Amino acid sequence: MSTAAAPRTWRKPPFIANPLLRWGLVVLGIVYLWWAFSTLPLDWQRIEDGLQRAVQIFGGAFPPSFERYNLLITGFLESIQIAILATLLGVGLSVPIAFMAARNLAPVPVYGLGRAIIIVSRSFHPIIVAILFVKAVGFGPVAGVLTLTLYSIGFVAKMLAERIEEIDWGQVEAVRASGSSGASTLLYAVIPQIMPRQIGLSIYQLDSNLRASAVVGIVGAGGIGSTLTNAFGRYDYDFALAITLCIIAVILVSEAVSGRIRRNLW
Amino acid sequence: MVGATQPTGPEAVAHREWRRHTPQQRWGRFAGLAGAVIVTVWALSTIDVVWPWVWDAPRQIGDLFARMVPPDTTRWRDILAALIETLNIATIATAFAVVLSLPIALISAQNTTPNRATLWLGRFILVSSRSVNTIIWALLFVAVFGPGVLAGILAIAFRSLGFLGKLMGEAIEEIDRAPIEALVASGATRGKVLLYGVVPQVMPTFFAVAILRWDINLRESTVLGLVGAGGIGIILQGAIDTFAWPTVASILLAIIALVVAGEIVAASLRRRVI
Repeated sequence: MSTAAAPRTWRKPPFIANPLLRWGLVVLGIVYLWWAFSTLPLDWQRIEDGLQRAVQIFGGAFPPSFERYNLLITGFLESIQIAILATLLGVGLSVPIAFMAARNLAPVPVYGLGRAIIIVSRSFHPIIVAILFVKAVGFGPVAGVLTLTLYSIGFVAKMLAERIEEIDWGQVEAVRASGSSGASTLLYAVIPQIMPRQIGLSIYQLDSNLRASAVVGIVGAGGIGSTLTNAFGRYDYDFALAITLCIIAVILVSEAVSGRIRRNLW
Repeated sequence: MVGATQPTGPEAVAHREWRRHTPQQRWGRFAGLAGAVIVTVWALSTIDVVWPWVWDAPRQIGDLFARMVPPDTTRWRDILAALIETLNIATIATAFAVVLSLPIALISAQNTTPNRATLWLGRFILVSSRSVNTIIWALLFVAVFGPGVLAGILAIAFRSLGFLGKLMGEAIEEIDRAPIEALVASGATRGKVLLYGVVPQVMPTFFAVAILRWDINLRESTVLGLVGAGGIGIILQGAIDTFAWPTVASILLAIIALVVAGEIVAASLRRRVI
């Protein structure tokens, strides 16, 4: 835009001021993407075949078939059961772990242990955990409950520990000054302060577990996910589409309900 | 709160007893608790579970972990190659999704969308992308394109599209109107309003959201292989299927390392850019 004839034309200042760094990053990005693409085993013939197969799959999927709605309902009920039990177990276990992982309440070794539990349960995707549990305790909802319990601990204990670290210390001092023991200090000075957060987290986690239970079922941990993989494996694409639509509907409803409850709570 | 039974008259003040909740609150809490108990009992009594397996579970899990020690690192070359593939899947898919999500964000933000039809089209794309999980997308793309990296990239990109588009769209809706009005008043075209009015305002959110999604995608791409869509999940599945537990252990450790490294990189990028 700016030429010698109009030297005072305004130009947008660049996002990164140093031109060497700016162009260096651009070149680096292009080189990386080019290299990454070149390592991909892309087979155009297969992609072409795939597009035809996609047409076939979608042709087979429409219209979605709700004929075997019994299977659908059973799957969803199992997902809900898994979600409820996992939330209960996970939230129950995450309260003591959160107290262990709160810097202001726990002594250093206990704090380290609590943090380690949280980090380990957070770093694996629930599907990996589900596969290990399916190997250990067999196919079915038990593996799902165990997986989602671990998943809940990772999230709820972390958020709750952060909330505990933020409490108003004055109330703890007041309760201690009145001569109460450690347990009643927790009960009367700490727990009332973290209770609203705890309830909100539990409701969020119930919603989140319901969503995740649709996924862990794919590797055999029970619930609607298992119904979905079975339908997919049998090439029942119309039933699979019906299941997917139901999962989307249930997730949207549960998200709306849990969001509403949490808004009223906070 | 004031107790339920108490003398009336001037002595009432002296006889008041402190209670934490009003009767109404108390009954509400009882009702909530009873509801939770009923739901739990229903779930426990009707769930399709073989109880002996449950009681056996701790022993089985202990046994599984015992077989994983010590981790077997002899296949470190394969693991490293798979880690790089995982990283590439996450990065390419994120780059792809970022580019695709920009126009969708523009049409799904109320202040930049051309008309109502495009607004609803944008929202429809975002909702359908977001409500289907990455793994379900991966199942679909594996069925279409066969097992491999391509299915993984597409699955991650399709799921990220909704996330990026939604957050970017919200950022666009929250921008300051004044610069836009100034540009329009100075006679800028629609494209220039976007380029000089909207883009600079959403730039920080753009980078923050893209980095956040890259971090999430790195985690998600570690499991894609379990449904055949490439990455480290494939060798993990292979090791599990052949009961090579020591190898499984070293793959799991490698995944932790990758995820933690990704988190560190994402955090440092975020600090630098924003």
